[in-house]
Amino acid sequence: MARAVPPARKALTTALAWAVGLLLFFPILWTVLTSFKPEPVAVASPPVFLDFDWTLRNYQDVQRQRDYFDYFQNSVILSLGSTILALLIAIPAAWSMAFVPGRRTKDLLMWMLSTKMMPAVGVLVPIYLILKWLDDMITRRTGIDVGLDSHVALLVILTLINLPIVIWMLYTYFREIPGEILEAARMDGATLRDEILWILTPMALPGIASTFLLNVILAWNEAFWTINLTVTDAAPLSKFITGFSSPQGLFYAKLSAASTLAIAPILVLGWFSQRQLVRGLTFGAVK
Amino acid sequence: MGRITLEGVAKRFGEAEVIPPLDLDIPDGSFCVFVGPSGCGKSTLLRLIAGLEDTSAGRILIDGQDATRVPPAKRGLAMVFQSYALYPHMSVRANIAFPLRMAGMAREERDRRVEEAARVLNLTPYLDRRPGQLSGGQRQRVAIGRAIVREPKAFLFDEPLSNLDAALRVGMRIEITELHERLRTTMIYVTHDQVEAMTMADRIVVLNAGKIEQVGSPLELYREPRNRFVAGFIGSPRMNFIEGAEAARHGAHAIGIRPEHVTPHPSSGDWKGVVGVAEHLGSDTFLHVHDTGLAETITVRAEGEIGLNPGDTVYLTPQPDRIHRFAANGDRL
Repeated sequence: MARAVPPARKALTTALAWAVGLLLFFPILWTVLTSFKPEPVAVASPPVFLDFDWTLRNYQDVQRQRDYFDYFQNSVILSLGSTILALLIAIPAAWSMAFVPGRRTKDLLMWMLSTKMMPAVGVLVPIYLILKWLDDMITRRTGIDVGLDSHVALLVILTLINLPIVIWMLYTYFREIPGEILEAARMDGATLRDEILWILTPMALPGIASTFLLNVILAWNEAFWTINLTVTDAAPLSKFITGFSSPQGLFYAKLSAASTLAIAPILVLGWFSQRQLVRGLTFGAVK
Repeated sequence: MGRITLEGVAKRFGEAEVIPPLDLDIPDGSFCVFVGPSGCGKSTLLRLIAGLEDTSAGRILIDGQDATRVPPAKRGLAMVFQSYALYPHMSVRANIAFPLRMAGMAREERDRRVEEAARVLNLTPYLDRRPGQLSGGQRQRVAIGRAIVREPKAFLFDEPLSNLDAALRVGMRIEITELHERLRTTMIYVTHDQVEAMTMADRIVVLNAGKIEQVGSPLELYREPRNRFVAGFIGSPRMNFIEGAEAARHGAHAIGIRPEHVTPHPSSGDWKGVVGVAEHLGSDTFLHVHDTGLAETITVRAEGEIGLNPGDTVYLTPQPDRIHRFAANGDRL
C-alpha cells in the first residue's frame, strides 16, 4: 500500500499539517495559558506567552464565585439526557427511513436538515414565550418545573435541535446493513421490537456509539439556547463561562479559567474516544 | 403439514406487473423448485409466499388457512437466503437459537435443539464461532440449521447455493436433498440453474416473465415440454430448434430435438454438416455442427471417444419419436 513519496514533499506536508494543527489549537492553548496568568498580565500588550508568574488564583476565584460542580452536573444531565432521548426517537425513525423508505423519505430527510439552516435566534422569542407560558400554566400551579430555566425544557430543546443530525447519521449507518438480515429475523419470528432490539441495534452499535459521542459533544457545547433560557437551576457550563464576562474590570484570566474548566471534561472524553469518533464519522466513506 | 396454495396471486410494483395472477398448489412434503431465467419473478414469488412482499391480488393459503395478510413471523415458514443473512454479531449457537428464542422456548429445550441441529449439520465444533470466522459452506449450513431448528411448516430457499464454488455446490445440493428425504417437510427452492432443478425437485415450476410456463416432475418437463420456452430451458446442453422446410415436413412451425437424441455418423444419415467444435468431456463428446442448412448450429451428444474432429463432415440422424413439434406461437403440437 505504501507509495513512494519524495522526502522533501513529505517534510513539507508534515510541516503544513503541523502549522494547520497548531493554528486550530492555538486559541485553546492561549485560553489555558491565560487562565494561569494574573489578571493584569492577561491583558498585557504586547502579550506575554510563557514568561509570567503562574498562578491558580483565577481557579480559586472562579470556584468561590460560583460552584463549578452545579454547572457541571447540569451539563452532564443535559448532554447525556438529550442524547439518549434523541437516540430513542432517532433509532426507529432512521430504521423506517433506511429499510421501508416511502416516496417522500428523501424529501423528509432534506427537510429535517434544512431546519438546521435556520438561524436559531429567529425562533428565540416564540420559544421564550412558550416556556414562559408553561411557567405560568404548569410550574406555578403544580410545582413541576417545565418552563424557563428547567431541565425538562432544555432537554426537549437540545433533543430537538440535534435530532436531525442524529437521524441523518443513524440513517447512513443503517443503510450499510443488508436488509436481508432483517428479513431473516422477521422470518425467524422476530417482531419489529425484537428486530430493532436484537438485530439492528447491536449490528449498528459502532455507528450508534459515535453518534452518541458526537451528540454529547454538540449538546455539551451548545451555548445559544442554554445561555438564553437558563438562569441557575438548569444552567450548564456554557452559562458558567458567561458569568465571568463583565462590562468592566479585568476578567480575562477568570473567564479563561472558567472556559478551561468547562471544556476539560469534553476534551478528555474526546481524547479517549477519538478512534471511535473518527471511525464513526468516516463510516461508509472508507470501507 | 405444509401445503401451500396460491389463488390468483399477483404482484405489481407501481405500474409494472411483475407477476400476473397465477394459481399454484404445492402439496405437503413436496420438493418444489421454481426455475427460470433471472428477472422471471421466481424470487418475488417466493418472497410473496414468505410474506416479505405484500400481494397485489389473490390469496395465499397455508394448510388451507388464508395467510395473505399474516406477517412473515407468524406464517411458520423458514427461509434460507442467498447471502445466508446470518446475524454477524452472534455466535453460531446464538444464530441457530434465535428463532427458538423468539418463540419463547425454554433455555434447556433450546440448547438441546441447537445441539441436535449442529450435530446433523456437522457444525458442533463451530458453535461458539462468529459467522465471519466460517467458510461459505459452513455459513450455508448455519443458515440451514437456523431454518430447521424451529421445525417449520415449509422451507423456502432463495438461490442458496449460488454463492458457493462449483464443487461445494454439488455437495450441498446432495445434503439438501438428503435433508428433505429425512424431514419430509415441504421445500420450495428457487434457482436459475436447471441442473439444480432437475436433480433436486420432485416438482418443477418453470417461470418466465412472471408467468408459470409449466408445472411437472423433472422427467415430465424433459419428455413433454409444453412449449418452446420450457423445451429450451430444461435440458443441458440446450435442445436444438429447427424451423423452415424441415419443420414443415413434420407439419410444424418448428421442431426441437435434444442433443442426446441425435446420432452422428461419419458417412450416412438424414442431415449433413461440418463439425465446428468438438468438446471432449471424456464420458461424452459434444459436437457443434455447422452448415447443415437447418439451424446455425446443431449440438449433438456423442459417445466420449468418437473420432470426429473440427472440419470433418458428419451425418446426423434424429430419433424420430424424440422430435418435439411446436406451433408458431411456441406451443407444443
